[in-house]
Amino acid sequence: MDVLVFFINKVLVAGTVLGSIYALGAIGATLIFGILRFAHFAHGDMMTMGAFFAFLIALVFYHYGIYLPVPMGFVVMPLAMLLTIAVALGIDKTVYAPLRRRGARPVTLLIASIGVTLMLQGLIRLFFGTGQYSFFDYGETKSIFRIDMSWAGARPITFTQPQVLMVIVTVVLVLILNFFLTGTRLGKAMRAMADNADLAQVSGINTQLVVRLTWVIAAALACAAGTMLSLDVSLKPDLAFNIILPIFAAAIVGGLGQVYGAIAGGFLLGFAETLGVFNWSTILRPLAGVLPDWIVIPPDLSLVPTEYKLTVSFVILVITLLWRPTGIFKGAST
Amino acid sequence: MPLIEVKNVVGGYGGAPILNGVNIAIEQSDIGVIVGPNGAGKSTTLKAIFGLLKVTSGSITFEGHDIANALPDRLVPLGLSFVPQEKNVFTSMSVEENLEMGAFTRRDDISGTRDEIYAMFPVLKEKRRQPAGELSGGQRQMVAMGRALMSKPKLLLLDEPSAGLSPRYVLEIFEHIVTVNKAGVAILMVEQNARQALAFASRGFVLAQGANRFTGTGPELIADPEVARSFLGG
Ligand SMILES: Nc1ncnc2c1ncn2[C@@H]1O[C@H](COP(=O)(O)OP(=O)(O)OP(=O)(O)O)[C@@H](O)[C@H]1O
Ligand SMILES: [Mg+2]
Repeated sequence: MDVLVFFINKVLVAGTVLGSIYALGAIGATLIFGILRFAHFAHGDMMTMGAFFAFLIALVFYHYGIYLPVPMGFVVMPLAMLLTIAVALGIDKTVYAPLRRRGARPVTLLIASIGVTLMLQGLIRLFFGTGQYSFFDYGETKSIFRIDMSWAGARPITFTQPQVLMVIVTVVLVLILNFFLTGTRLGKAMRAMADNADLAQVSGINTQLVVRLTWVIAAALACAAGTMLSLDVSLKPDLAFNIILPIFAAAIVGGLGQVYGAIAGGFLLGFAETLGVFNWSTILRPLAGVLPDWIVIPPDLSLVPTEYKLTVSFVILVITLLWRPTGIFKGAST
Repeated sequence: MPLIEVKNVVGGYGGAPILNGVNIAIEQSDIGVIVGPNGAGKSTTLKAIFGLLKVTSGSITFEGHDIANALPDRLVPLGLSFVPQEKNVFTSMSVEENLEMGAFTRRDDISGTRDEIYAMFPVLKEKRRQPAGELSGGQRQMVAMGRALMSKPKLLLLDEPSAGLSPRYVLEIFEHIVTVNKAGVAILMVEQNARQALAFASRGFVLAQGANRFTGTGPELIADPEVARSFLGG
């Protein structure tokens, strides 16, 4: 039983948390690819920027001694989303829109977005330095929940309040997005444009409006993902830049342009990475008594060392591309 | 005054002009058919009307308004609708969603128009929840036409509506086009099945190298020995 609890704590909780972050990031990246046809390299930095906005607003509340039963990071998230959206729209207007008007190719837009990455990271470092911050250094505590398992003679299942809220927020955001895409006129127009941009234009769909909406959604989700990631770990300038590669892997594995594929890909990679670094020897330890003496269970039996966690995503990406080049959900080929 | 008048239009995709003086005039009651060899600029003519390429000289007027170089999101509310030659359905979206997208510029109740389209193409009603990409070629063409009709156009532009269809479906699509026209929608279409289409055309245009070669009623063009020899395969 202890083993099962250990597994739940280390894999189920950690995988769900990582999967939520990857999924929210990948949805935005896949939407931008579907509508604007380029890989938005600065997506991770948009997440980090959103997290710093949330942090700044939270600091104001902490300054006035305002503390609430839920972490301030979650409460201020809608405001931080608005700021992130404003910046994303500003960047589109000044960087990507002029390039689109000149008929720039996807690779040009990709390189422009690498420039945006450098710019955003530079700005963040300019204001916050290179250090780490935590929402919980200012008098707020991270509540930890324990589900008592003593009836089964096991240690408790533990998770933090931000982790619970993160799952709830992810589910709510995905449900809202699903309603938007399948139940509203503009949401359907967005799917139409991702499906066939020329025909969308011919149908009289306001494609400029759809582009702006894409940035609104992608930026809002990026801000949510970045903020929640920083609430779970800590806030630093390269917070999400480090996970941009698995986020793109998730979008590609799910099928580029496919929102549900991005969600599936995000959770698949989140769990795969968690399982990859999981130390299986703990699970096997109870067997030590029954195994013959000459089999010694080594203390570390993880598939990949923690520092190489990202490779798991790439292995899955490569396998997916070999087996189904357009991703699980049959997305646009690149 | 014709519903649409294209006068001496010159235009192209940025390089050398593809259209070198195209003239087309269509009345509200007309079915206009454009025929001509491959690469003559037939599709390009329809795209020029629909604002998808640059018109560098000449004029295009619709109900007297100058619409040269106007974009689709302005043209659709004016009463123009276009079915491109290829990729003319949203393959990942259901039949019903395809129709809805055709009505994007409308803010009134669209259910009446949708029911009329389902009445015209009963098979689409049956398959309304299916992704359009899963339908047969003929059914897709119906979705494409249905989508274009959802905006309640005064003029419907069709680029090779019978392309790739079996003879039975070709006839069926042509019958639908005549029905739509009888309901008061002017038609301007490009066709490879030239003889068959000109037979029911009230206006016919033979295009070659981006300019009109012959203009007349459909039957006149079929009867013209020169048109028959050079463009209708004898
Ligand atoms: N998007 C484009 N960019 C540049 N040139 C183009 C483009 N589309 C067509 N052309 C060129 O314009 C000319 C006319 O093409 P268009 O498609 O209008 O011919 P068409 O009469 O419709 O022929 P078809 O019967 O093959 O459909 C051709 O020489 C073609 O190569
Ligand atoms: Mg053509």
